[in-house]
Formats: sequence, structure tokens, C-alpha cells
Amino acid sequence: MGAGHAHVLYRDIPSPVHRLAPEVKIAAMVLFTVAVVATPREAFWAFGGYAVLVAVVAALARVGPRWLLLRATIELPFVLFAVALPFLGAGARTDVAGLSLSVDGLHGAWNIVAKGTLGVLASLLLAATTTTRDLIVGLDRLRCPQIITQIATFMLRYLDVLVGEARRMRVARISRGDDPRFLWQLRGFAAGVGALFLRAFERGERVYLAMLSRGYTGRMPAVWQGSDAATAGQWAAAATVPFVAVTIAATAVALT
Amino acid sequence: METLAMHISNGIINGPVAGVFAAVALAALTFCVLRGRRDLDDRLAPMAGLVAAFIFAVQMLNFPIFTAGVSGHLLGGALAALLVGPWVGALCVSVVLIVQALVFGDGGVAMLGLNITNMALLGTAAAYLLIAGLLRVLPRTPTGLAVTAFVSALVSVVVASQGFVVQYWLGGTTDLGGNLAGLAGTMAGVHLLIGIGEGLITATTVATVAKVRPDLVYALRALKPATAPAPVPAVGGVR
Repeated sequence: MGAGHAHVLYRDIPSPVHRLAPEVKIAAMVLFTVAVVATPREAFWAFGGYAVLVAVVAALARVGPRWLLLRATIELPFVLFAVALPFLGAGARTDVAGLSLSVDGLHGAWNIVAKGTLGVLASLLLAATTTTRDLIVGLDRLRCPQIITQIATFMLRYLDVLVGEARRMRVARISRGDDPRFLWQLRGFAAGVGALFLRAFERGERVYLAMLSRGYTGRMPAVWQGSDAATAGQWAAAATVPFVAVTIAATAVALT
Repeated sequence: METLAMHISNGIINGPVAGVFAAVALAALTFCVLRGRRDLDDRLAPMAGLVAAFIFAVQMLNFPIFTAGVSGHLLGGALAALLVGPWVGALCVSVVLIVQALVFGDGGVAMLGLNITNMALLGTAAAYLLIAGLLRVLPRTPTGLAVTAFVSALVSVVVASQGFVVQYWLGGTTDLGGNLAGLAGTMAGVHLLIGIGEGLITATTVATVAKVRPDLVYALRALKPATAPAPVPAVGGVR
């Protein structure tokens, strides 16, 4: 357990981006997203610039475009919402291929798709290059209150407990003659959800007490040891991404 | 783990409004951290982690709604408020949202303030106010607690969804004209259905916990009538 569970999105390959300290990556990613959101939507070229920036970082991190695009489908509901906007929007209308569309709605749709996609890609890149353990260490080094990092630590730790306990209960049900298939297993699951919670809690409490008895005081050792904290060089290297993004955003604001 | 999400993604609400709500969320969370520190002891720490993990897991269950491209999921604010109290509860839901935004791209990072305001603050606050009120009126039986859990979960989900409508009214990037009422209606209707699902899950979970380990339910501990609290034996033996 101490090795830190890698999550599903983590890509375990060596790359310059993987080697950066987590706090640096989190800061860069948040600043990049804020710059993207602050960009006026009429500045189409700016979003091209951001896309190039994302592509460069992805190439450095050795994350393939196929992997990225497949996982970016998470924002599909909002893309669908965006598609509806040109029809629902008010104000001036324009004709596109025989359909009467709202100009404001078209802009709004573009705005959501462009900014949403860039944001999702940025966080996917962070996820692909940072383990969850590192993420929490990074948040802690960014002066996130300890109570929050503590809850986050246990949340990620207990996700595995929860999944493991659910699997055990399912095996127990099957070995007692239950035959769960497709939707019918929902009933068994719903009836057992309270028991699942309780069992997971009692197991989780044992995990917690085991950690306490081994000297856990609410922070991960990596934080107070500070062995792999970000160097000035790493901060400078990672700062290039938000720096370029902010420059693009500032230019776009100045031009429109 | 590809899931559809209902968290507000980047670009739906304009920057200034997102900034204002980020400040609101930050201030409220600071307050929660200060109050939550008092609550978080050796019993609540693992419970808070598990509640967050549980919410994280159930948020993966998504209800696709009609064909309008709207989807919603369980929020867990009421569950958190019942089991770990309003302060730590709001922090639990916020942690879920932060991790989802940072790692899963679920909800824009720049929109975190909006999402936290809706789901962690509004949802949990509405739930806890109802819980505090209902537990005074209803009998302190498993049934009474289950009813409390169901109602508070249902209402908190609808309240949280209306938070989005208000935010869209303040800073939606596209003018929907007179369709705002329509948006409010759709969101309320959809989340009423989600709220029923959420209410059932919350009620069964809390009722089971209350039956076996009533000492773990924060709402029962905190809202006890004036009698002295019974000493709780340490669990796990080692302390």
C-alpha cells in the first residue's frame, strides 16, 4: 500500500513531465486553465495557440493523441448542451445550411466546446503524469489546509477498500446461490449498500489505526521530508506553459 | 472510468462570475476548515475519508436524462451532513469535486468555485438545516432517521441544481432569452428524479449504520436532546 496506488489514468512511463514535482504541475495547470477561460471567445486564433501548447506538453509527456481524445469524451454532455445553444439562443440570427441559428448561441457553443476541451485535456495531462499520492503531496506543498489533504488521502485510499469490499460481497452472494445478471443485480446491490458502507468503514478504521500505530500524524512522510520538492529550475521550466498561455490571453484581450 | 459528468465545465459561465463564486467558495471553505478541525477526531477522520470515497464512487453512477444532453448524478451532500456533520461534510464533497476536476477533467478547474458552491455548500447546507429541523420533529427511530435522510437528500439535490440556474442567470455565456424559466424547470424536474434515487441510497445507508453503530452518525450525536452523551467504547482496541 505504501507504494501508492496509481489510478486508472496514470501512464507509468518516464518523461520530463513525469519527473516534474507535482506542485509545479498543479500550479501550471490551474493557471493555464484560468488563462484559457479569461480569453474572449471571438479570438479564435488564441485557442489554436492553446491547442498547440497542449500538444507540445503531450508530446513531451509521451501521451498519445488517441489516448487523450478517447478520454476527453467525458465532456460529451456539455458538448451536447452546446449543440442545443444555437437553436435556443436569443438575439440576431443567421442562416447556416437552411437552419436559422442564433449568432450569440453559435458563439456560446464554440466557447463551451473550445474552453471545455482545453480544460479537460489539461487535467488529463496532469492525471497522466502524476500519481494520486504525488497529487496530494503537491496540494500539501501548495499550502492546502491539512484537513483537506487528509480527507483526500483517505478518500483515495478507501476507494480501493470500497471496491474490494464490494467485490467480496458479490462473491459471497454468488457463492450462496445468487445469480446476478445485468439489471437484476441492482436489487441485491441496493439492499446491500448499507452493509457495504459499514463493512468498508470497519475495514477502513483498521487501516487508519494501523497507520496511526506506525506514526501517521496527518501528513504523508514525503511532505515533511521534503526530499523531492520542486527546485527553482523545475518551477521555471513548468512556468513556461502558463507564461505562454497568459501572453496569448493578454494579447487576445488587447486585440478584441 | 469514462463517465459523463454534470459538473460545470469551463466556458459555460463567464469568468467574472466564476471568480466571484470562487471567492465565495474559498471564504466558506476556510470557515469549514476552522470549524471542521474541531470536529475531526480519531473517529471522524476515517469516516470522513470513507464518506468522500463513497460519494466519489456514487458520483460515477450517472443518470442520462432524456435526449437534451443533460445528465446528472448523485451528490452525496445529505449523506455527508448526516454522517460527518455540515463542516466536515462540505469539505468531503469539496475534496471529491477538487480531485475530480484536477485528475478526471470532470468539471472545469476554473469553474471549481461554482461547482463547490452548488454541490458542497448549497447542497450540504440545505441538507443539514432540514436534518436539524426534522430530527427535532420526527421520532428518533430508524424509520424517523430514514425519512429525514430521504427528504433532506431529495431537497438538497434540487437546491443544488437551482444554484446552477442562478449562476447561469448571473453569468451564462449565452443569452437564452426567456428560456431561463425553462432551464430552471428542466433542472428541477430532472433533479427531482435524481433526488429520489439519492434519497433512497442515503436513507438505506444511514439507516443501516444507525442500526448497527449509532455512535457513527454525527447527526444523532450532535443533535441529541440535552442528556449527557453516553461514553463510546474505543473501536479497534488500539489507541
